[in-house]
Amino acid sequence: MPTTITHVPVDIERKYPRTRPRDPRIDRNDPGLGGRPPVDHRPTGGGGSGDENWGRRPPGRRGPRELLTRYRMGLGFALAGDLVFFFILVLAFYAQQHAGHIDPDNQYILDWKPLIIPPILWINTALLLLSSFTMEMARRSVFHDMHVMEEWLGMGKPTSRRALPWLLATGVLGSLFIAGQWIAWEQLSAEGVYFASNPSSHFFYLITGTHALHLVIGVAAICAALYGLWSSKRIEIRQIIVDSAAWYWHVMGVVWLFLFGILLLAQ
Amino acid sequence: MTKPEKSNPSSRSWLRHYVFTTSHRVVGVQYLLVALAAVVAGTLLSLLMRWHLAWSNANLPGWGLIKPEDYLALVTLHGTLMIFFVVTAAPQNGLASLILPEQLGGKYAAGSNEKTSARMALPLLNALSVWLTALALLVLLATPFLRGGAAISGWTSYPPLSAVPSTGPGQGHGMDGWLLAIALFCVGSLCSAASVIATVMTLRMGRLRWMEMPLTAWSWFVAACMVVPAFSVLLAACCMLFGDRHFGTSFFFPPIDVVNGVVLHHAAGSPLLWQNLFWFFGHPEVYIAALPAMGLTTTLLVTFSGRRILSYRAMVASTIAIGLLGFAVWGHHMFVSGMNPYASRAFGLATIAIAIPSTVEVIQWLAMILAGGLRRATPLLFTLGFVSLFITGGATGPILAQPILDSYVHNTFFVVAHFHLIMGMAGIFALFAAIYYWFPLLTGRLMSERLGRWHFWLSLIGAYAVFFPMHFAGLAGEPRHYAQLTGTASYLESLLPLQRWITVAAFVLAAAQLLFLWNILRSFRHGDAASGNPWNASTLEWCSADEDLEDRPAASI
Repeated sequence: MPTTITHVPVDIERKYPRTRPRDPRIDRNDPGLGGRPPVDHRPTGGGGSGDENWGRRPPGRRGPRELLTRYRMGLGFALAGDLVFFFILVLAFYAQQHAGHIDPDNQYILDWKPLIIPPILWINTALLLLSSFTMEMARRSVFHDMHVMEEWLGMGKPTSRRALPWLLATGVLGSLFIAGQWIAWEQLSAEGVYFASNPSSHFFYLITGTHALHLVIGVAAICAALYGLWSSKRIEIRQIIVDSAAWYWHVMGVVWLFLFGILLLAQ
Repeated sequence: MTKPEKSNPSSRSWLRHYVFTTSHRVVGVQYLLVALAAVVAGTLLSLLMRWHLAWSNANLPGWGLIKPEDYLALVTLHGTLMIFFVVTAAPQNGLASLILPEQLGGKYAAGSNEKTSARMALPLLNALSVWLTALALLVLLATPFLRGGAAISGWTSYPPLSAVPSTGPGQGHGMDGWLLAIALFCVGSLCSAASVIATVMTLRMGRLRWMEMPLTAWSWFVAACMVVPAFSVLLAACCMLFGDRHFGTSFFFPPIDVVNGVVLHHAAGSPLLWQNLFWFFGHPEVYIAALPAMGLTTTLLVTFSGRRILSYRAMVASTIAIGLLGFAVWGHHMFVSGMNPYASRAFGLATIAIAIPSTVEVIQWLAMILAGGLRRATPLLFTLGFVSLFITGGATGPILAQPILDSYVHNTFFVVAHFHLIMGMAGIFALFAAIYYWFPLLTGRLMSERLGRWHFWLSLIGAYAVFFPMHFAGLAGEPRHYAQLTGTASYLESLLPLQRWITVAAFVLAAAQLLFLWNILRSFRHGDAASGNPWNASTLEWCSADEDLEDRPAASI
């Protein structure tokens, strides 16, 4: 018996089974010579990227973390602006170190007098690092799977109960940091180093001052988060407030390490 | 769409619906109203300036003689109002809030069976931004009534003039008010930018991919990404200047001992540092104002020509390229401030390089225009006006970008002509196009075409009549901040007829805008009813929520 001539090569038949509906996003005329392979966006039904892909759903239905992601993103960009703010201060710090004037003997005199950083800043830094740790514990406790599950089942607000002491501790440590900065300024003024004394002191007060202002806002955010833990019934909202406050706090901590390093080493 | 309910007339609910609301449309309209207040004030101030420049010795009824310091205060307020509160606040923060969520398909946020409204990603932050902007405007408009009057150091506020209260009448409280207003505006714009970025990144409807977004959305996104670093830098600079003024620091203060008879005790700072920081904000700011207008132009040309753009990818790429290059050109404002020649050469090259992506956009617009078949309507007319003004104003850009040529015309009226055409007039024309275009979306009524045409032609002719002759005044050597031409050098007096012509034209141009205001007021109540999609646009803000998206052609461009 002669061999049967198949009209359609088997491999092509496998590639494009006729039973499936046509999808205009797949280029079926692509012979596959060097072009990109066709991407099939249809649901696979296997729990892969098909129907489970949150990103392809309409906004508002993209899973339990959608709102959180949105807030994180907004906060992230706002903090990016803040980082630029501090970066500019540091840039000006370096630019000003070379500023000087020409004295009557025609000598170029540098005006920058290195500043001796008050040692209390080391303690403050340690406090701030510790507060970042407590903040992280607070943040994690509102995301703890078992507690979140209990809340979904209607068993009280265990996440708030766990987060509360950590948040309080962070607020106290943050306030101590701000008080410590105040003491540092007092110590410097006692030595006769004021904001207006020298370019180096301009920058010390400006940098520590604007950073302390940011921490005041951070403590306010922690207070807001405490209020939210107490008042909000929805776990998603409480997660968002604590999470936003936490990331803000962490970034301010990292910024402080950077600024402190600059103040300490670049005098 | 979030329409305020009208059933409850109590004042508290009025406040909640129209003032302290997070509805993206109301916030957008609030931005436009803030901009309207600023543009009215700014225009009136500019008319006073023009009057004084043309007839310096004439008494103004109800004012008397305008003194030189008054003239400088007028210049400062006019520039600050227009650049911050009009061409930044309206097209970027305002229109983005008004249109963006719906353009990204926000009406389909929760599927078709639930009634929800489009919203910004962070509505409260967005609303906060407009309140801060309005507060900033109030502070700025209050400065003329403080002791000493408004600040007189120009919208760029160069130190040492701006750093010492004793340098002039408005440099005390007026300058502090200016700094406060700008700082508030910076914070407001940062809030708005974070909100716009988060909206574009998270609130596109399911199938709208990045490379399918309309170019308006792209340009709002890129401009918002520019706002974040640019305004942060300005905020930092304002804080430092405030320190110089009140805490005895000397960040920007040169080693000067006596100013106006007042002995100062400052260490040596650098006024150039302020210029670097300010223009690091200031030049991206130009593109923050221009990019939304450019994206809008593309979208409107697509709508009214019914054609695809030649290369969508090239448009997106040039938008991003302008955004990036915009941060590398600030030095061209400082060619004559004392700069290393190599640095000025580098800045000059970067500035000329930014003409390339701009030209890519212009060529694509021209291709769409020249291909013909445009449906004539007022929004299109203003778009064509934008293209015309953008080319005219842009043509002098490469001249000013070269250090050698710039040193001749720096700080002359040539520069005034350049930026008023490309930033002022082009930006305003795009804003007019946007308002004529989206008015039916907001009110369900069309604006009057007849009045629109009169408004367009008078504005176009007026814009050229006012700003084109300034090139010649600049080439003749007229400095830009001189309060009067008489009693100085004779070559300046010979420019008086030209300046008088400009003043007359400016009054005509300003009067023509009354047609626009009248058109808005009239059309709001009595305009022709518009269909759901009067311009046959393909972008998603025009879709009604019950329309089936599957049947639509790909929403793009």
